[in-house]
Amino acid sequence: MYCRSGFNFCLLLLLAGALTAAAGCRHVEDRQTPALAWYVFNEPSGAFLEAAKDCTERSAGRYRIVLTPLPPDADPQREQLVRRLAAKDADIDIIGMDVIWTSEFAEAGWVLPWPELSAKQVTSGRLPVTVASATYRDRLWAAPFTSNAQLLWYRRDRVNKPPATWDELIEQAEALGKAGTFQIQGQRYEGLTVFFVSLLASAGGSILDTAGNAVALDRPSTVATLALMKRLAQSPAADIALDTAREDQARMAFETGQPVFMVNYSYVWHSAQRNAPKVASEMAVARWPAVYRDRPSRVAAGGLNLGIGAFSRHPQLAFAAAECLASKTNQIRAAVKSGLPPTLEALYDDPEVRRRFPFADVLRETLRDATLRPKTPAYNDISLAVGRTLHPLHAIDPEKDAVNLHQAITRALHSEGLL
Amino acid sequence: MNRLQRAEHRLGWLLCAPAAAAMLLVTAYPILYALWLSLFRYDLRFPEHRKFVGFSNYTEVLTSEVWWQAMTNTLVITAISVAFELILGLALALLMHKAAWGRRTVRTAVLIPYAIITVVAALAWKFAFDPITGFVNALLDLEISWFTQRGPALFVIIFTEIWKTAPFMALLLLAGLTLIPDDLIKAARVDGANAWQRFSKVTLPLMMPTIGVALLFRTLDALRIFDSVYVQTRGAQDTETVSIVAYNTLIVRLNLGLGAAVAVLIFCTMMAIALLFLKSFGPAFARSPGGRP
Repeated sequence: MYCRSGFNFCLLLLLAGALTAAAGCRHVEDRQTPALAWYVFNEPSGAFLEAAKDCTERSAGRYRIVLTPLPPDADPQREQLVRRLAAKDADIDIIGMDVIWTSEFAEAGWVLPWPELSAKQVTSGRLPVTVASATYRDRLWAAPFTSNAQLLWYRRDRVNKPPATWDELIEQAEALGKAGTFQIQGQRYEGLTVFFVSLLASAGGSILDTAGNAVALDRPSTVATLALMKRLAQSPAADIALDTAREDQARMAFETGQPVFMVNYSYVWHSAQRNAPKVASEMAVARWPAVYRDRPSRVAAGGLNLGIGAFSRHPQLAFAAAECLASKTNQIRAAVKSGLPPTLEALYDDPEVRRRFPFADVLRETLRDATLRPKTPAYNDISLAVGRTLHPLHAIDPEKDAVNLHQAITRALHSEGLL
Repeated sequence: MNRLQRAEHRLGWLLCAPAAAAMLLVTAYPILYALWLSLFRYDLRFPEHRKFVGFSNYTEVLTSEVWWQAMTNTLVITAISVAFELILGLALALLMHKAAWGRRTVRTAVLIPYAIITVVAALAWKFAFDPITGFVNALLDLEISWFTQRGPALFVIIFTEIWKTAPFMALLLLAGLTLIPDDLIKAARVDGANAWQRFSKVTLPLMMPTIGVALLFRTLDALRIFDSVYVQTRGAQDTETVSIVAYNTLIVRLNLGLGAAVAVLIFCTMMAIALLFLKSFGPAFARSPGGRP
């Protein structure tokens, strides 16, 4: 027994030695070609890997980009990154940033502001909402790389004309029948905030004022939004598991062929073609339903921006590398290979991109009208407050919860109290 | 105490010293640091706003509905799961003790759930109870969406907890069972005690110290429940526990001051419960075989 554990201990020591040696090797190489670590979610198709390789080659020996994969969900990605950044980790050069992190990372000093010249370069021709998502206090903190927004997916074999408003959607779905006819996101997680923000913006409201310093939430639009959410949840056509439904549950349900409507991101199109060709052949798409007939819907834009870690050893090279990663070729690559919609507006006319997104026009229109989630360093606190106040949707009391929400978000904005 | 005993006593402390020092280093420092942090308004995102606020973090936590709701949930989960684990664990321990053949197989089989990583077990049961992909509804001919209501969600969380840790309880109790001298049982049998009397009058009283230890371990463990809740509901449907609150405050919101206050309060709760146990089981601990009289 003692021998065994002694042996194990030696093995551990050896391993530790080998690891240190390996780490040492990296530093030796550093002196020749600086390695830039790109922290980004683990993209399964290999589009990011190819982009990194491509830019490494194009740099002609100035730098090489090494991918460091992060978890697939935004929340754990952020948790890992902020822990490292708060500890001033110099290993993080380029960060694949969810659009909702910009204010937080900028305010905390975890990312570097872009120099004016390259800022111009990486924002020219990009959809305005994507540039706005990377901007905080009038400075650019990241290069807009990919974009995204929810659309309304429906079955053209069962619906003649897609519903223009949520009222129409509820009516049509209830006429068509049973539970699960429409699929939305109702779990208590960040996606619920996306749903709420999109509905609220469509109704003409917003969570924060334009400066992002105080709670707006004007009463009429907030109450209308909450009443609509409650109605959706109480509808007999809602899914029985609405309270735990996220994007992927909605996708899987839709692929079974029973649901008729779903609000979801563009990845469901490709997924249905692979998993459920029969459903895919009858799948059609329209803009997200509006709240009021005379006011187009405004969906919260998502996407990935590229920021530069504030403690990077090679910030100048990292800016150059990020510019290359967010360039036209790589946006096409990300769109075609991995289904991430581009931020360059012109690419929505690109034949290759349109083959991957036959609905490119609807998507571009959606993005032109899109809104953003509250731009404040306390966004996560706000999201927690929204989830805590509004979940479960069927139990919302519009009048009372409008007041509760106002209070909870005010406290969240000042990072006070438990959420 | 004679001289020899005193020397032995001193040697005992001397031998314990390195371990005690190491423990102090890795536990006392973080605890004191948490205490210190809890007196500040300190958000990692706004490091320059750091300022001393005294006990206001504590008042904020203690006046918050969120905290008391989470505390209630934690206590409910702990009480129910530990009670069931004790009964099940005792039954399993007796089974393992009595098994005439295949003793190793029985013991291994019983211990398998405990060997499974909690997150994996929680995920597995989450899938099992899923209304669409799970087998539980189909098996019992039910149509319940388990994770969308508080009661059923708490049931699944507690069920996972019991399934996972009853074997641990059994293992601890088995150790107690093997310590009971066979002679006592035989003597009771000769005196005409039936099986139930032998169990309730001989086995159970002699196992009291072990049961006390097992209950203490499991209660303190169950109070920290995090994984199952995080995986299965993320705290939705009012299933939040105090550890989830601490996680949300510290890791998600990076609010070190407030989060440290939550952590310290959890620590105090645990201390209080541990002391309560020591008080009520204290005499039993003292009687434990090999324990100091």
